[in-house]
Amino acid sequence: MSSITVTGTEMRSYYGRPIVKEPTWTWEIPTYFFTGGLAGASSVLSTAARLAGNEKLARTSLYLGAVADIVSPALLISDLGRPERFHHMLRVVKVTSPMNVGSWVLLASGGASNVAAALELLGRLKPLKLLAEAAATLTGAPLATYTGVLIADTAVPVWHEGRRELPWIFGASAIASAGAAASVFLRPEDAGPARRLAVAGVLAEGALMELMELRLGKIGEVYRQGAAGRFSWAAKGLAITGATLLARRGKQSRAALAVGGALVCAGELCLRWAVFNAGKQSARDPAYVVEPQRRRATQRLQESRTGT
Amino acid sequence: MSVADGLLTYGGEQQERVGFFTDTSVCIGCKACEVACKEWNLIPDDGSAWTGESYDHSSQLGANTWRHVAFVEQRKPLLTNGDGSTGLRWLMESDVCKHCTHAACLDVCPTGSLFRTEFGTVVVQQDICNGCGYCVPACPFGVLDKRHLAPAPDLPAFAKEDGRVWKCTLCYDRLKGGHEPACAKACPTKSIQFGPLDELRERADARLQKLSSEGWNGVQLYGRDPEDGVGGFGAFFLLLDDPEVYGLPPDPVVTTRDLPEMWTNMLAAAGALLVGVAAAFAGGRS
Repeated sequence: MSSITVTGTEMRSYYGRPIVKEPTWTWEIPTYFFTGGLAGASSVLSTAARLAGNEKLARTSLYLGAVADIVSPALLISDLGRPERFHHMLRVVKVTSPMNVGSWVLLASGGASNVAAALELLGRLKPLKLLAEAAATLTGAPLATYTGVLIADTAVPVWHEGRRELPWIFGASAIASAGAAASVFLRPEDAGPARRLAVAGVLAEGALMELMELRLGKIGEVYRQGAAGRFSWAAKGLAITGATLLARRGKQSRAALAVGGALVCAGELCLRWAVFNAGKQSARDPAYVVEPQRRRATQRLQESRTGT
Repeated sequence: MSVADGLLTYGGEQQERVGFFTDTSVCIGCKACEVACKEWNLIPDDGSAWTGESYDHSSQLGANTWRHVAFVEQRKPLLTNGDGSTGLRWLMESDVCKHCTHAACLDVCPTGSLFRTEFGTVVVQQDICNGCGYCVPACPFGVLDKRHLAPAPDLPAFAKEDGRVWKCTLCYDRLKGGHEPACAKACPTKSIQFGPLDELRERADARLQKLSSEGWNGVQLYGRDPEDGVGGFGAFFLLLDDPEVYGLPPDPVVTTRDLPEMWTNMLAAAGALLVGVAAAFAGGRS
């Protein structure tokens, strides 16, 4: 029997082998977390801009959202072990499965945003377009946040224990992505709200990540190790540089908007990869599974003894 | 959904809930269960490795290993009173899918491929599974995995690998025909016992009492308690040390238990996203 020593106490394991299985998901999934968030938040941003009378921003975000809504299902289908059976996701409606709920949300939101974008492009059927935009907005918000629940509803310790923060982190990251992506294509006079969203999203996402890591304690250390650690640092560096550029120079310079926006998007993509890799690393080490559970089991045993 | 709810939908076809009681105190590590399982269920060869980890060569449960015999060599006396002991012991345990009362794999499966049978067991329907892999990290025991081997002849030409998720079916086909599962049938020492769950629990309680009174070191039941984090296992164990020594989680929990709270939290975050985006327009266009 092998044993690993962790923080002074001996933790026993079976030859150091993992207990929980590492997710089999490949690069498509963390990339989808980014594109799905971008799609959902862009649909919301587009409608808000429309209501505020910022037509240029409204149109840019509408198109960006529609494109991201096409890329997203393509990524998801590509990750399946049996891609030709993708439509099996829609043979049931099942609230206990965040992936099933997410498939329906993506179908509704992606369908609506693409109908709206097509009608905008053609300049036809305005009432139907408004209806589609409203649908894309309402479904866009959960599209940007449900992926946090998707990964939190697993036995992977760093994901499940981060269940309070993850949907908020993903939502903030989606806001940052949508604002930054729109900034890339806009002139300074139209980009104000998009720019502000990008900066606010980066700040909120960064603060929430710190909060989550703090609360996770030892389980959260994977965010500072290995691939998750590298993506985490890249995410911070890129997003903060981009946000600084947007805040300082975005009001005057179109180039600063484009570069700053691209940097923030790259940072948010890295953030999704950091969370994804943290999960893989967390599943790989049995200590993260055994230690909290052993503590729980021992405590319960003691309570039952003192109780009787 | 509880097992009881699931079984209600079967109406007249409902059967008594069955399962395994794996008594590791009589396991001799012969691996007849592993072989019988592979043969009956036509599980493909996925290679064999010399791990150097005692007599273990299959290492863990997975898509192509539905029974796994763990071997643990310990410097620990078999009996607490030390009688007739060399101070060394060799533990063996045949691991299997737990067929949980509250099964996370079944809850999270987005296609409905995983289902609760009329016997209260949990089975993957291979004609439905699209290999999304959600059940793989959802299982608190790491039982399920995706099969990465060459495709079966009935798969389309572009399929590079099987790509579906596989696990123990508790020999659903054999149960339908009134037979016990292949592993239980093959076990020469009755370490693997098959039967109605209630009966197995009674048998396990008696066995625990006997071994405890004889002073067996570390003897305990694992997964017998219907009040645990997964509502009790359909396939539970008698172990001679703590679960983690055998590579099992000491206090497994079905994570969908927290799903109502998680959905509420997600909706709050979605609402905040709407408010946040609206707030960005408060400052006008500049």
